[in-house]
Amino acid sequence: MSDALLPPIGMLAELTHRCPLQCVYCSNPLELLKADRELSTDAWLALFEEAADLGVLQIHLSGGEPTLRPDLEQFVSCLARRGVYTNLITAGVGIAEGRLERLRDAGLDHLQLSIQGARAATTEKIGNHRGALEKKLDVARKVVELGLPLTINAPIHRHNIEEVPAFIDLALSLGAQRLEIANVQYAGWALLNRNVLMPDRQAVERQVAIVEEAQARLQGIMAIDFVAPDYFAVYPKPCMGGWARDAFMVAPDGKVLPCHAAATIPTLHFERFGEASLTDIWVHSPAFNAFRGDDWMLEPCRSCDRKEIDWGGCRCQAMAIAGNAAATDPACIKSPLHDRMAALIGEANAVAPSHAEDFRYRRIGRT
Amino acid sequence: MESRQRAIVSDQSRPQLKRYARLQYDPVRSAWALLSPEKVFWPDEVSLDILRLCDGRHTVLQIVSELAGQYDAAREDIAPDVEEFLQEWSDRFLVTL
Repeated sequence: MSDALLPPIGMLAELTHRCPLQCVYCSNPLELLKADRELSTDAWLALFEEAADLGVLQIHLSGGEPTLRPDLEQFVSCLARRGVYTNLITAGVGIAEGRLERLRDAGLDHLQLSIQGARAATTEKIGNHRGALEKKLDVARKVVELGLPLTINAPIHRHNIEEVPAFIDLALSLGAQRLEIANVQYAGWALLNRNVLMPDRQAVERQVAIVEEAQARLQGIMAIDFVAPDYFAVYPKPCMGGWARDAFMVAPDGKVLPCHAAATIPTLHFERFGEASLTDIWVHSPAFNAFRGDDWMLEPCRSCDRKEIDWGGCRCQAMAIAGNAAATDPACIKSPLHDRMAALIGEANAVAPSHAEDFRYRRIGRT
Repeated sequence: MESRQRAIVSDQSRPQLKRYARLQYDPVRSAWALLSPEKVFWPDEVSLDILRLCDGRHTVLQIVSELAGQYDAAREDIAPDVEEFLQEWSDRFLVTL
């Protein structure tokens, strides 16, 4: 390790894998955990207390659908008491009357709402849930009415990439302060569905132009964050800001991971909260130390002047495409396997129209 | 939706930290942190001095005077930097003007 280890700033808590939606791009693992594997209320509270002691300043409460946990208010108020910033990441479907008020009163700082399509039919198709968009819009309006800051998250793929302008108008009209146009990352269920989700290059280029124009036009009015599509990239993303560098995540069963796809790297063993403390895991876990800093890097990363910009990119993508988690992320133009990305785009774009919606929906206990 | 407009800083703006932007001391790192949706900022000394005056009561003019006194500097030297800072933080949705 070249630098001293610093405490983590952010943590993603996947409170549950249960979800009323079955989104085909879900970032959760294919092996979803049932309710009986979830940490208890007390275990999550102990974990949050330790995270605050360790230096975590921001916690994203996610899932699955985090509002399915009846103890969510307790988590928010525990974190608010500790001065930790809370961000609720919700699908906005099935939230009971009065729940958002209670979460605000418990001290919730921010809410991020996912919307699968600017058109109702698209949202229904992607999440396989009838009437989902109306419910989401009700949640968005309520959030703004309660004075909570709202981010709309729009995961982008072939089936909604032409709705990007409509997403921008929708987020503006809802009073969102921020919109994420987030091209789907091909891990978890998105990897399984890659051939039916991958957009084509022309659509991606149109999208980039639309977003850049809107970002300039809406400066100071609404922030638009763009998550670029890896397969079309020249350089990789600094995934998680670098492996185990300033953030980590916890799965519903308490397994502590550097990122949500890390369990796809078969050579690594991840510990659960309870077997070890968060501090022990952050500092000593061999899996956390496996790709920290740059000592682990192979060429072309090792001698690259961008190595502290993108940290070699995504380890899980290197695993999925190069078959080696220590390889350069093939999204990088310097990767010897970079051409593989274009080949995978070609493979996806060659899917016959009659099979364009052969989705494998996210379901517990079924892949 | 056209009613949403970019706020532009002026002498008479009374900047205030947004309710969801929280300035707090972090004992783990011995530093002041500004917590906001999705992001943590680590403002430097000068930024902190400005942010502490963003209380919705001081006008930009008064903030500049106050800082000119604190830093023993001419107002006209400080004003452009303060205004630029506040415009930027308004554009990041951390401060209302």
